[in-house]
Amino acid sequence: MFKRIWIIFLSRNREFYRDRSGFGWNIIFPFFIIIGFSLIFNQNQRTEYKIGVVGDENKIKKEITLQYNNFRESKFIEFLPMENIESGKQKLGHHRIDLLIDPEHGVYWKSESSPKSYHAEKILQAGNYRPDKESFIAGTVEGREIPYIEWLFPGILGMNMMFSALFGVGYAVVRDRRHGVLKRLSVTPLAPFEFLTAHIMSRMFALFITTSIVYAGCSLLYNFENRGSYLSLILIFSLGGFSMISLALIIASRSSSEEFAGGALNLLSWPMMLLSEVWFSLEGARPWVKNVARLFPLTHLTEGVRKIMNDGASLYDIRYNVIALTVMSVLFLAAGSILFRWRKAD
Amino acid sequence: MTPILEVSDLKKTFPGVKAVDGVSFSIEPGICFGLLGPNGAGKTTTIEIIEGILKPDSGIILYRNEKRGKTFKEEVGIQFQNTELPQYLTVFETLKTFRTLYTRKANLDWIVDVCHLTEILNRDNRKISGGQKQRLLLAIALTNDPELIILDEPTTGLDPQARRHLWDIVKGIKESGRTIILTTHYMEEAEILCDNIAIMDYGKIIDKDSPENLLLKYGDGATISIKSETPEKIINAVSCDVYKIEDTIEIHTNSLNECIQNLAHAGADLSNMTVRTPNLEDVFLKLTGHTLRA
Repeated sequence: MFKRIWIIFLSRNREFYRDRSGFGWNIIFPFFIIIGFSLIFNQNQRTEYKIGVVGDENKIKKEITLQYNNFRESKFIEFLPMENIESGKQKLGHHRIDLLIDPEHGVYWKSESSPKSYHAEKILQAGNYRPDKESFIAGTVEGREIPYIEWLFPGILGMNMMFSALFGVGYAVVRDRRHGVLKRLSVTPLAPFEFLTAHIMSRMFALFITTSIVYAGCSLLYNFENRGSYLSLILIFSLGGFSMISLALIIASRSSSEEFAGGALNLLSWPMMLLSEVWFSLEGARPWVKNVARLFPLTHLTEGVRKIMNDGASLYDIRYNVIALTVMSVLFLAAGSILFRWRKAD
Repeated sequence: MTPILEVSDLKKTFPGVKAVDGVSFSIEPGICFGLLGPNGAGKTTTIEIIEGILKPDSGIILYRNEKRGKTFKEEVGIQFQNTELPQYLTVFETLKTFRTLYTRKANLDWIVDVCHLTEILNRDNRKISGGQKQRLLLAIALTNDPELIILDEPTTGLDPQARRHLWDIVKGIKESGRTIILTTHYMEEAEILCDNIAIMDYGKIIDKDSPENLLLKYGDGATISIKSETPEKIINAVSCDVYKIEDTIEIHTNSLNECIQNLAHAGADLSNMTVRTPNLEDVFLKLTGHTLRA
């Protein structure tokens, strides 16, 4: 059994690295994106201020109602609801928002190291026409800015893994079924379980190699810092990759139409790419959009990697992401294995 | 002698088509058994049921007097009519990959030698000619040192030279004592390679015997072939079996002199006429009423 898995694993790996165009694309594509976005966002084109809001906005402290309302009416300012004060402070510390405000208790926090936070504070203070009256109580938060490119990087890695997993496995298995390769293998002693295991192992290996190269390359280029443990990072990447490969196996389980597989894989990958916070945060999005995003493995992968890399989170801190990815992996793999057929139904 | 394979009353229906309709035959060890029939006769369906790829609606298949078990895949070598191979592998890597899938293993040097693959061993399996690919597919079918080898139309699409090359290889494999099941629609191939033949059409076996016995049974008389622009004149002139194959009229007759005299009297142009003894194709025409290459 192990010899059979090993030889199919080797055969798949040879296909992966000998297909120069596919191999190159897997590595070069994320570099292009990172370099492109770093050029774009280094030009400081983002001019609006982002204010995190905690507490109930319907229960604004009476004494600061006028000041707060004036602040809210100011132009070029986006108000984003925060889950709680801690997560708001974390975002403020990373310069993801410029000010954190709690209108219910009349408190706000600014980042001492952020010029934009200073200006946002000035705009807030300008809304108080009667300085003699009670105003907001000011607090400060320490922290280092997480540039957009550093925030984007885990998302790009996750997205690259998603495309490699979905298309590298889903499309390849369907193509092999269509061309009769699976039919040929089906009359050998190779069991479906052995075949699927070899495919998963091979793609995991490929993901590990390409992700490591991209990670190392981008770290050298941009001095990205991983604030968490590399072991945690490898684990969350492995779980994320495994869950997305398993998802691809469902698409690849029966179809022999490359057109169908391509369509189904695009149908999966595009919403994941748009809603899994690869490019932008869903903080301001509607609740149902956020709920849908929670169903995607890429969301949990991106979120987990960001928490580790940007916030230095431990495995315990990202336990919900780990659990979600594990459950998804088991469900997808079980469904893919049960549905799998060597060839299209008679 | 116990047959290596016995097939009894095999039936398989696809929507609207009875692909296999009560097929039965048995194969003695060490022979080459041919399933002969035109495209759509049910040969490949029968073979795929034996291989375990398709499930029959009914019927029994016994391998060495027992139902096919887990060892069947280990002991049978298969070459499909059309199949692609795992990509980006050399010929040698392809052979090694398939060989590793089996517990039983043939000697790689023997396979390479018998299938004449030495010169292309390091070539990408996608960059070899049609004849070389068929030889590679045959070699893959041998990687498990099989007792029974199933070859589904192995020479379809090959040029005459490549076809004869493959026949020589199959003859060599047969001489090593292995049993071969061969499907083909080439008469010459069946006559050269097969010890026993089952003629199939519309999902049924019409007759089965050795090529010699089939010719003795159905191949009496002579076959006259005439290329004619006025076939009606010929058809009306004779009272025996007449078949039109493309632009040629074929007449099967037991009274050669009488038939030629009738044709001459009818004013048929006999300048392109050829007369030959019957072959398997004539047997097939006689049994089914239509040409094998239809």
